[in-house]
Amino acid sequence: MMQTAAGALPSIIDALPHTVQASVAKMPDPKQKSVQLQDFIFRAVTRFFAFLVLAILLGIIVSLVHGSLPAIQKFGFGFLIDSEWNPVTERFGALVPIVGTLVTSFIALLIGVPVSFGIALFLTELSPPWLKRPLGTAIELLAAIPSIIYGMWGLFVLAPLFADHVQPWLINSLGAAPVIGALFKGPPQGIGVFTAGFVLAIMVIPFIASVMRDVFDIVPPVLKESAYGIGCTTWEVVRNVVLPYTKVGVIGGVMLGLGRALGETMAVTFLIGNAHQLNASILAPGNSIASALANEFTEAVGDVYSSALIELGLILFVITFIVLALAKLLLLQLAKGEGRRT
Amino acid sequence: MNLEIFASRPEAAVSRDAPAATKIAVRHLDFFYGKFQGLKDINLEIAERRVTAFIGPSGCGKSTLLRTLNRMYSLYPGQRAVGEIMFNGRNVLDPGIDLNMLRAKIGMVFQKPTPFPMSIHDNIAFGVRLYERLGPRAMDERVEWALTKAAMWDEAKDKLKQSGMALSGGQQQRLCIARAVAVKPEVLLLDEPTSALDPISTAKIEELISELKSDYTIAIVTHNMQQAARVSDYTAYMYLGELIEFGATDELFLKPRRKETEDYITGRFG
Amino acid sequence: MRALYSRRLFVNRFNLVMSLLTMAFGLAFLFWILFTLFAAGLHAFSIDLFTQMTPPPGSKGGLLNAIVGSLLMAVMGTAIGTPIGILAGIYLAEFGSRGWLAPCTRFINDILLSAPSIVIGLFIYEIYVSRVNHFSAWAGSLALALIVIPVVVRTTENMLRLVPDSLREAAIALGTPQWKVIVMVTLRSVRAGVITGVLLAVARISGETAPLLFTSLNNQFWTTDLNAPMANLPVVIFQFAMSPYNDWQELAWAGSLLITLAVLALNIMARVLFRQSAPK
Repeated sequence: MMQTAAGALPSIIDALPHTVQASVAKMPDPKQKSVQLQDFIFRAVTRFFAFLVLAILLGIIVSLVHGSLPAIQKFGFGFLIDSEWNPVTERFGALVPIVGTLVTSFIALLIGVPVSFGIALFLTELSPPWLKRPLGTAIELLAAIPSIIYGMWGLFVLAPLFADHVQPWLINSLGAAPVIGALFKGPPQGIGVFTAGFVLAIMVIPFIASVMRDVFDIVPPVLKESAYGIGCTTWEVVRNVVLPYTKVGVIGGVMLGLGRALGETMAVTFLIGNAHQLNASILAPGNSIASALANEFTEAVGDVYSSALIELGLILFVITFIVLALAKLLLLQLAKGEGRRT
Repeated sequence: MNLEIFASRPEAAVSRDAPAATKIAVRHLDFFYGKFQGLKDINLEIAERRVTAFIGPSGCGKSTLLRTLNRMYSLYPGQRAVGEIMFNGRNVLDPGIDLNMLRAKIGMVFQKPTPFPMSIHDNIAFGVRLYERLGPRAMDERVEWALTKAAMWDEAKDKLKQSGMALSGGQQQRLCIARAVAVKPEVLLLDEPTSALDPISTAKIEELISELKSDYTIAIVTHNMQQAARVSDYTAYMYLGELIEFGATDELFLKPRRKETEDYITGRFG
Repeated sequence: MRALYSRRLFVNRFNLVMSLLTMAFGLAFLFWILFTLFAAGLHAFSIDLFTQMTPPPGSKGGLLNAIVGSLLMAVMGTAIGTPIGILAGIYLAEFGSRGWLAPCTRFINDILLSAPSIVIGLFIYEIYVSRVNHFSAWAGSLALALIVIPVVVRTTENMLRLVPDSLREAAIALGTPQWKVIVMVTLRSVRAGVITGVLLAVARISGETAPLLFTSLNNQFWTTDLNAPMANLPVVIFQFAMSPYNDWQELAWAGSLLITLAVLALNIMARVLFRQSAPK
């Protein structure tokens, strides 16, 4: 029989003769029930909190819809295409904020996607190995800087610079061109849709660049090597091998960036000018959904006004949700494809 | 290959004073990974206080068989076992079996050393605390006892408060053995316990196994035939999910009854 | 043939140079922003920041109430959000292989991760602030908690997935109940990674303004009443920066510097912690 160390309390089972130990193993063990109960409770608790995450999403949608009801009832679908925003007559239309949101995001992507691509390309193909980590960290730092800091910097540093140098140049050069000239008219105020879009671009670059870089890294080296092997230049390898292979992931990354740009509040609020007017020129001030909410919600008087703002929030949430869901689906599809390929 | 080297082991005689009792009886065991059948009609008996080794090429089912003995496969949906594994008068495969108590009686050591993220002392105390209430002094004594059984006490006694993960590979594995032994099981299952270790640690653990068998029934899976020959009393040769031959180690290695066994042992394949 | 080849080389070189320029572009803006921040912020830095309250327009003061308010709400938001996040993350990693709940939650969680934070503020406003009819620090903390949760869920799940099955099996082989395996072995082995996730979540909420706009609002005075509007750095910066008063603008820069220092410090701490515990 095994010797227990002197002084240790032998467990009851040990003290019994071997044959009895066997029959003890047969007896229903109250400890077994309690352990099963503990495991059951633990699992139920974690499941509850997983449900909670779903509930949060549902709660957001339900509460936003509920809050928008007065405005929906009053304005119906016309809300989406009405450009008037008048708190005095209580006539509200979402067109200006929606257009502002879409245009600033579009400018952000127009500038941001090529730059992100260039950065991802640099990090994966060009950078010497010792430089990769610090550069990657630097890009991540850009992502960590809070939105309000971008707003401060944009308002006090970039906007005056744009007003004094960049915008006059734009107005004089592109503003004189046919067709697109209409985009660049008006006084160089510094703040406005263009400036907001530009700062937004800088804000989304780190997100898009990271996704692109991660996705480029997954390309199997053999594929690239076989292209180099027939004499392709680096650019040709990227264009003909890496990009097609990572197409889905790249689009997913871009949509992720778009989702961020759509919802960005503080930087845009500081820079967009907060004017409820539609203007063809992107140098003019405008409004985005998030900035309208940020500026006006706490001051809104009356049910209709508040409700119109909440409906704006609902619209923003729906747009962002769709974009992010699509991005996620694309990235999931890429991950599945990865599993198949390897 | 010179088979004579298998005969020159120190305790060459398998026969002890009395024929060994059966600790675990496996009868008509089938095992399925989904639709794929991993074990086909396995019948064997694992002798009490002896070392039984399972050998065979990769994928033959030896680890699968080991993992049915303590119902480890039950963690994974889609894996199931059919048949009888009789232990202490009960069929281990019975759905009503208390798995926690089963695993208290049948312990397992894995191929990769797996110290818990705690101090050496707590690694061992962790298992003990599941089943017994011991005061601090009694627990310390149990820890010392377990580490001594695993031939680790001298190396570990000044490091009890340090993390288990700070030990070398061989020491970590002996810590896992100590941890398994501390809860006082009846059977120890060793799944390729030395394949991740260097030769010196391997030798220490093989010595340990020879000592442990006086108190515990041991089943060991190994892909190293010489290890099986050195360490075990009985050997089972498996191939493609079937038990090809089972017998006393000396007889199996010197006079295998089946040609397949001989082919494997002499290195003609596998 | 020769012409084609030199054209290819030219295109290659051109694109690689463009790539280098974009990298420089990104770095340039990073340094420009940080430089501006430090220059303007340090200029406005003084011990008054930490001893005086936010002043009325046109006079000097500090940011004490805002700093304390931000700290309080960050702590509360993290305290509420972290346990929820960890438990949900445990569900996704350990129990999530069967059924619909796990994939669904994962999907939704990733969307919430990038959702506009102003909508979160709106949500808390609708379900809480408008019901009790006043802004409060509680509401602000709740909004921040909702931002913490998706971050912690994601990192906890990812960390737990890294734990090799052999460690879980080793604990199971001793007969450990499943919940103990998860809490005392699996979770514990990735403790550092989970804490890193929490630190990153804190860094994120430190700079968030939008969710506080409609929940905790702002407070010119000192208060520790959690049921009343509470001052906080981001909203103060917003108010002061958009104003025409020089003193206020200076304070806005100082506050911006404080926030950025906090965020950078948290990020560095998270990195160091994570690297120290890296797999051997």
